[in-house]
Amino acid sequence: MDEKKPVPLTKPRRAWNWGRQLVIGIPQVWLLAFLLLPFLILLKISVSETNELGVGFDPLMSFAQETLQVHMRFSPYLALLRDSLYVVTYLYSLWWAFLTTVLCLIIGYPFAYFIARSRPTVRSGLLMLVMLPFWTSFLIRIYAWKNLLDINGLINQFLLWTGIIHEPLQMLFTNFSFMIGMVYGYIPFMILPLYATLVKMDHRLVEAAMDLGSTPLKTFWLVTVPLSKSGIIAGSLLVFIPAVGEYVIPELLAGPSTLNIGRVMWNEFFLNLDWQRASAVAIVMIVLILLPIAVFNKYQTKSLEGAR
Amino acid sequence: MKKTAVLPLTWMLVVYLFLYLPIVVLVVYSFNDSRMVTLWGGWTLKWYGAVFHDQELIRALLLSLKVALATATTSVLLGTLAAFALVRYRHFAGKSLLNFMINIPLVMPTVVIALALLLFFVTVQKSFGYPQKGFFTIYIGHTVMAISYAAVVIQSRLKEMDRSIEEAAMDLGARPFQVFALVTLPSISQSLVSAWLLAFSLSLDEVVISAFLSGPGATTLPVVIFSRARLGLSPTINVVGAITVYLVIIAVAVSSLLMARRERQRARQVAAALRHDADETSQPFGTRLMTAEGR
Repeated sequence: MDEKKPVPLTKPRRAWNWGRQLVIGIPQVWLLAFLLLPFLILLKISVSETNELGVGFDPLMSFAQETLQVHMRFSPYLALLRDSLYVVTYLYSLWWAFLTTVLCLIIGYPFAYFIARSRPTVRSGLLMLVMLPFWTSFLIRIYAWKNLLDINGLINQFLLWTGIIHEPLQMLFTNFSFMIGMVYGYIPFMILPLYATLVKMDHRLVEAAMDLGSTPLKTFWLVTVPLSKSGIIAGSLLVFIPAVGEYVIPELLAGPSTLNIGRVMWNEFFLNLDWQRASAVAIVMIVLILLPIAVFNKYQTKSLEGAR
Repeated sequence: MKKTAVLPLTWMLVVYLFLYLPIVVLVVYSFNDSRMVTLWGGWTLKWYGAVFHDQELIRALLLSLKVALATATTSVLLGTLAAFALVRYRHFAGKSLLNFMINIPLVMPTVVIALALLLFFVTVQKSFGYPQKGFFTIYIGHTVMAISYAAVVIQSRLKEMDRSIEEAAMDLGARPFQVFALVTLPSISQSLVSAWLLAFSLSLDEVVISAFLSGPGATTLPVVIFSRARLGLSPTINVVGAITVYLVIIAVAVSSLLMARRERQRARQVAAALRHDADETSQPFGTRLMTAEGR
């Protein structure tokens, strides 16, 4: 307790503490029960052994003959390592997420920049138009691309009509349609943080650089991009992290041979009924996703210190 | 100057086209009178009729609405408590754990959360015989997700709230609960409404968690749509999608009308106040402001 501070005149101190305990305790207990406990069970199942009946799991620990025995089976994890399919799938999931992030950045950056540089009267309207599709169902919007990309879909019909192609292209269920869906689904997450930093940017710095004889490209690279770094990082993480574990978009738009970790986990659980392996796949996915978040946190604390 | 404006305009048009084309095509195809979904066969309303008689869709929609109502309400209640604890209490046991747990669902892929919850419910059910997969499990799953979003929205409002009003109430002898109910709650009510709406729409849209946690007799609308969409193109999904687009358009139109009306009302009040001011003080200054307002 800081002695300089006056002691607050809280008469009903007991009642306050009681209320305080409830305010803290209710969400804490709820989240412990329905969020943390499920994750612990997931972890437990990933290392436990099925019992003889094959319907349940043996307890992790047993105490018999004066020895405490801990049974942890790491075979699901070893299987993940040994079977190159899983390693390749993880790498591909990271690659698709990375590609999505880069494409969103390439398309979204100029777009966010132009909105931020547009007249203030139209700015909010333009931004609103980005948010609007976001309000309809995500699932429906991804499904809507099927209408366009189908072998008889509008894009093929248009290309045939203009004579650019003479045979309809197989676009649906390819990596191309997968990436279209991913960029479509995630681009607002890139545009909004980019816009937020770009609109706050002091444009006089750009003008100063131009006055000093810098070329537009050089100005962009040396002035605008560094100034919008925080927006680029925030947007990239908002796209990359959920994109790694995406399940719906690959299931609807990607081909069966496109490797994606969310689908692999789903199949292990619902098709192969291998709960331990599905759990292990999920645990490894958690680790893979926590890494960029740890990097982000480090960057954020560093930039906060820099701001001070 | 003109030459430089061409590139931005085309870029923006292309991106907007990218954002809106699939939605427009979806709406147009929902009127397509052809068994082949993507081949145009003239206008029809028959798929709309089919959707309104589709028992599976209607049952799923009703469950979705029920789950969304329960989820939104629970999330706002628990999210307010969590946000209040995190913003207002400087130190308490497990604060960083609570903060961590609130943030997990924002970054975890839903497949992982869904699998963890399913294994949890299976384990619990094995020991207690309850719960069966259905409304309750879906509701808990959605609430796990939605609490985080609700807490984030409410937290940001609580942080920027002016605490001197609360202190004034305390000084005037209000008990903590009275302060909360009569001062804090009304001033964060706007954020509670938006948190409720956010949780409601998140719940209505959630596919993966619902797919893991729904039982044979109880599925939500997105799960039904998802399973049909996996099979291929279907006119009924085009119609369901088109209807959601109409609902969004109506909601946007109504809210912008309300906002415009409130804006006009405010402008009138300001103009009236200025006129009153102007009568008492210098005339030209007042008229100048009035014309600025009236624009």
